[in-house]
Amino acid sequence: MLRRYSVHILLILAGGVLTYLAYEELVSLYILSVLMFMGVNVILSASLNLVNGYMGEFSCGHAGFMCVGAYVSSVLGVFLFAKDKVFGAPLLDPSLALYAFPFIILAGGVAAAVAGLLVAIPSYKTRGDYLAIITIAANYIIISIIQNLGIIGGSRGFMGMKSVISSMEDVVDLPWMPIWVFIFTVFTVWVLRRYVSSTFGKGVSAICQDEVAAEIMSVNTNKIKTISFMVSSGLAGVGGGLFAYVIGYVNPGSFNILKSTEVLVMVYLGGMGSLSGSVLSAVLFTVLLEALRPLQIIKWIVIPLLLVILMQFRPEGIMGNKELGDVFPWLKKFYKFK
Amino acid sequence: MLANILQNLINALQWGSFYALIALGYTLVYGVLTLINFAHGDVFMVGAYIAFFVATFLLTTIGLPGWAALALTIPLTMILTSVVGVTLERVAYRPLRRKGANRLYVVITALMCGLILEHANLAILGASRKAFPPLIQETVYNVGGVVFTNLKLGVIFTAILTFLFLHWVVTKTRVGMAMRAISYDKFAVPLMGIPLDHIIVVTFVLGSGFAGLAGLLFAMSYPVLEPYMGALIGWKAFIAAVVGGIGDIRGAFLGGFLLGAVEILVVAVFPSSYRDLFAFSVLLIILVFKPTGLFGIAKTTKI
Repeated sequence: MLRRYSVHILLILAGGVLTYLAYEELVSLYILSVLMFMGVNVILSASLNLVNGYMGEFSCGHAGFMCVGAYVSSVLGVFLFAKDKVFGAPLLDPSLALYAFPFIILAGGVAAAVAGLLVAIPSYKTRGDYLAIITIAANYIIISIIQNLGIIGGSRGFMGMKSVISSMEDVVDLPWMPIWVFIFTVFTVWVLRRYVSSTFGKGVSAICQDEVAAEIMSVNTNKIKTISFMVSSGLAGVGGGLFAYVIGYVNPGSFNILKSTEVLVMVYLGGMGSLSGSVLSAVLFTVLLEALRPLQIIKWIVIPLLLVILMQFRPEGIMGNKELGDVFPWLKKFYKFK
Repeated sequence: MLANILQNLINALQWGSFYALIALGYTLVYGVLTLINFAHGDVFMVGAYIAFFVATFLLTTIGLPGWAALALTIPLTMILTSVVGVTLERVAYRPLRRKGANRLYVVITALMCGLILEHANLAILGASRKAFPPLIQETVYNVGGVVFTNLKLGVIFTAILTFLFLHWVVTKTRVGMAMRAISYDKFAVPLMGIPLDHIIVVTFVLGSGFAGLAGLLFAMSYPVLEPYMGALIGWKAFIAAVVGGIGDIRGAFLGGFLLGAVEILVVAVFPSSYRDLFAFSVLLIILVFKPTGLFGIAKTTKI
């Protein structure tokens, strides 16, 4: 009984403690924002792990899909619930923002999933390094399109999301952003966990092992590839939407190939095909980035150097392709996460 | 009208030459090791900086005339840059290869090495941009409305000569034969008595050396150096190499010029902010219809 619900109880407790700390302002705003970035990074690395880890492709344009999600959800939110120079008065009553917010974020995710088709359709025929190029090209194309869309700010960026958040806080006075980030992070990990342990997930790992053999064994590879790419990029869009609301400002330059590289590093640091590894490495990586902040520019020498050394001694990443329960079997006594 | 077209063509050839020179390095390493050496764009940047220091040293400290300084800068830059490339191979890639790690982990290591090169440069030399000293007198020719400089012609000819040289090395020499053998079968080749590591070092020397040359030429054409100059041009050159069919010298050369031409032509017609959009869309369409690039060979997968 306890084993069955231990994860639920733990998550509810963690969420409650987080909300309480943020509400009573026991933690500083800085630590809170680091925690929120941690959540966004968990979403990004876990969703990229579906394509790069479980499916064995090499996608290095994840930030592009994040960009789509960020822009769609922030434009939608500002258009519906905030006063803006371009869109004028809010279309709906700002007090509804609280209820509509999850749908706004999910709409960003859906838009990003549709953008994922840009990569999914070429992947029917193209594989390996050629597919890697298509993902890089997709990243550049998405950024370039948004830079040329003058109505949403072009390369100057887009802002106004803070007023949506404050109208949410007017209705019910709770720290909404940490709560939503927490909920969506748990949601992402849950969706991915369900996905990879479903029949589709078996198909995904069959494609990773051997695509031709999988097809002969009656796995519909095109369908599985399409759905996997769309799930992965859609969740990246969710992460991007949250990222936009956490910062309160988006510009296309912050979703360039360097951001994609950062996500790639988190996936390979955690280990290909290990969800708990991705979560762990995203948390570690965010902490490391913040802890080394006083070093300024040296930070970007120390972090890659650490990774190079890690690759020399443990090339399979922190967890390899195992989950937490496989590394520490005694943990399985206490939880069940499906 | 005709002059306009010719003018754009010359610009495209010059711009494509840089992509082609860098793409050649990508494709050489890829052909032998099937490793995407993402640090290559930054090796190009290091090459430009090495050229800057060598040229400044020769011009001001020793006081050589421009042509003599150029004649010495070219080999020195190529040698020093290839030392950087080989060091990367020895320190970062070889231990991983020995362990038989997954290919993608080597790729991540390469990405990280690129970041280290960029930011070490930023930390050591500071964020201020460096102005490259003029080595040769630029002469502007005007033939029937088409304007070009001797430098532009030099860049284009160097790219073509480099291509011919590398093509000769790969197809006609013993080392090239060994390279092709390694890319055909990595496991049987050491059994035939071919020193694998030796050939790989030669590959890195060639690739990084010509990246250094590209860095020198780039610095001469656009005489402002900054630490991030290699990142974007490196990614684009990689894309050029793949569109040409990665692992094939002709493909890298053609892909580089193709990318240069598309970018210049887009800028000639549309506002320059559309450059990336059109260039990458064209490449995407090419890859959708020819999934292994222009010269790539579709390998049949055996089960």
